[in-house]
Amino acid sequence: MFDAEALIIALTVFVLAIFIGYEVITKVPPTLHTPLMSGSNAISGIVIVGALLVAGQADGIAGQILGAIAVGLAMVNVVGGFMVTDRMLKMFRKSGDKR
Amino acid sequence: MNTEALFHLNITNAAYIVAAILFIVGLKQLGSPATARNGNRMSALAMLVAVVATVVGNDIASWEFIIGGAIVGSAIGAFSARKVAMTSMPQLVAIFNGFGGAASAAIAAAELIRLIDDGSHIAEDVSITIMASVIVGGVTLTGSFIAFGKLQGIVPTRPILLPIRNVINVALLIGMIASTVWLVIDPSLTAFMIAGAIALALGILVVIPIGGADMPVVIALLNSYSGIAGAATGFVLGNTVLIIAGSLVGASGLILTRIMTKAMNRSLANVMLGGFGVEDGAASAGGEDERPVTSIQPEDAAMMLAYAQSVIFVPGYGLAVAQAQHQVRELADLLKEKGISVRYAIHPVAGRMPGHMNVLLAEANVPYDELKDLDEINGEFQRTDVAVVIGANDVTNPSARTDKSSPIYGMPILNVDAAQSVIMMKRGMSSGFAGVQNELFFLDKTQMLFGDAKDSVEKITAEVKDL
Repeated sequence: MFDAEALIIALTVFVLAIFIGYEVITKVPPTLHTPLMSGSNAISGIVIVGALLVAGQADGIAGQILGAIAVGLAMVNVVGGFMVTDRMLKMFRKSGDKR
Repeated sequence: MNTEALFHLNITNAAYIVAAILFIVGLKQLGSPATARNGNRMSALAMLVAVVATVVGNDIASWEFIIGGAIVGSAIGAFSARKVAMTSMPQLVAIFNGFGGAASAAIAAAELIRLIDDGSHIAEDVSITIMASVIVGGVTLTGSFIAFGKLQGIVPTRPILLPIRNVINVALLIGMIASTVWLVIDPSLTAFMIAGAIALALGILVVIPIGGADMPVVIALLNSYSGIAGAATGFVLGNTVLIIAGSLVGASGLILTRIMTKAMNRSLANVMLGGFGVEDGAASAGGEDERPVTSIQPEDAAMMLAYAQSVIFVPGYGLAVAQAQHQVRELADLLKEKGISVRYAIHPVAGRMPGHMNVLLAEANVPYDELKDLDEINGEFQRTDVAVVIGANDVTNPSARTDKSSPIYGMPILNVDAAQSVIMMKRGMSSGFAGVQNELFFLDKTQMLFGDAKDSVEKITAEVKDL
């Protein structure tokens, strides 16, 4: 949780990250848009961090179960997302490249 | 807080900065096929750093639930990543988006329960971000599942328009604001659950009126939502790496959404309001087109291709449905052996998600530098002997350039009609998704080759071999 000052900092981080994301991702060519989507899907699995925190700090059983569900769902994204992106990117080759 | 805990916290925050940098560099490397694989690994490393830092830097009281959840989740993720067919990538991304949204909502719920149990005052900004997290997460969850259902054919792909949907939507929005205000004034699980239920209903109602061919836009948008839900969770927990990574994903999804809507010459509002093609489809079904077309057999097509100097393939979703990508690459290889220049023209909305066609062709071992996007290839058609359209329709319709009354007027298209001759592979004379008749069929230079794309391409290849 944030106090007022920390909230401003968090908002600053949020806005700057969106700008960086915009600049970096605009340069991704159409050929790579599907891997970009599955890869960013994996990155959105960063909620695993939040899931670990709430699951690890929950007092009651309800919180722990919700935490475990969140961990599981986030891990599907992380493991599945990075693996399927790698599987796709492995297939991309230039003319003349041997496989 | 003792100094040791403080030290841990500092290490954790330092590790989060490292993770954020690795995510950004990883995404940057995704900007070129040569470095993309490395970039993906870098993002995975960033995730590992963030997870390890979190586990090391915090007092994790109970491990059983965490480990249980992690094992089940990893197994499901790994299994689906290995097994999914490339044609089904949109479904996989859709369902993963939904899981991401659900995870954010579950975290918000767990955090609210903890805060209520604590009994201390919950600050307004915390309750608002908890609500943001559950609302965006809930919409992402059900919206993604409907999108998955439509892509998989479980839910009808045609737009489903409820009679009083606007009234319902407005009512749900009011309910959402009301429950948020409720939670801010009096932190109760009931308010949270009402907001969650509304979000789940809204996710269904928002995606159900959207037609199958608009799914690329929807998936890109839901991709963005799953990131925004993650960033909202970052605000709830006061965690910067969540905010940064979530925002990166949010930005990525928004950019792709814009590229897709631009490629269809439609506004996001127009896509989301749905119903595209319903009225028009009904109209054109009434007035069947009686104009004559020229149809040819695979042998004639083989002749045309074998004696051409340059050929452009124009693949569409029909190619993916027919699973003909390997056969097309075989034919292309054969033509290249004969010294014919072969390229592929890829429209941004070909396929069911951004870049889908590129992945399908990459799987069939087509080098990515032979795949040209709209801007690169459109000037080349007039210098091309034969353009072969396989399972694409609306994206080649010249009416988009000329006929102001056409529903697809203004949509950027591939100028296939500029080629010397066109071979159009199609199952029958049906119109495309937009319900508009394709003027390309009726040009003198166009030869229709009816039948299954895979079958036709195989026959052509056999004929070219014999020539």
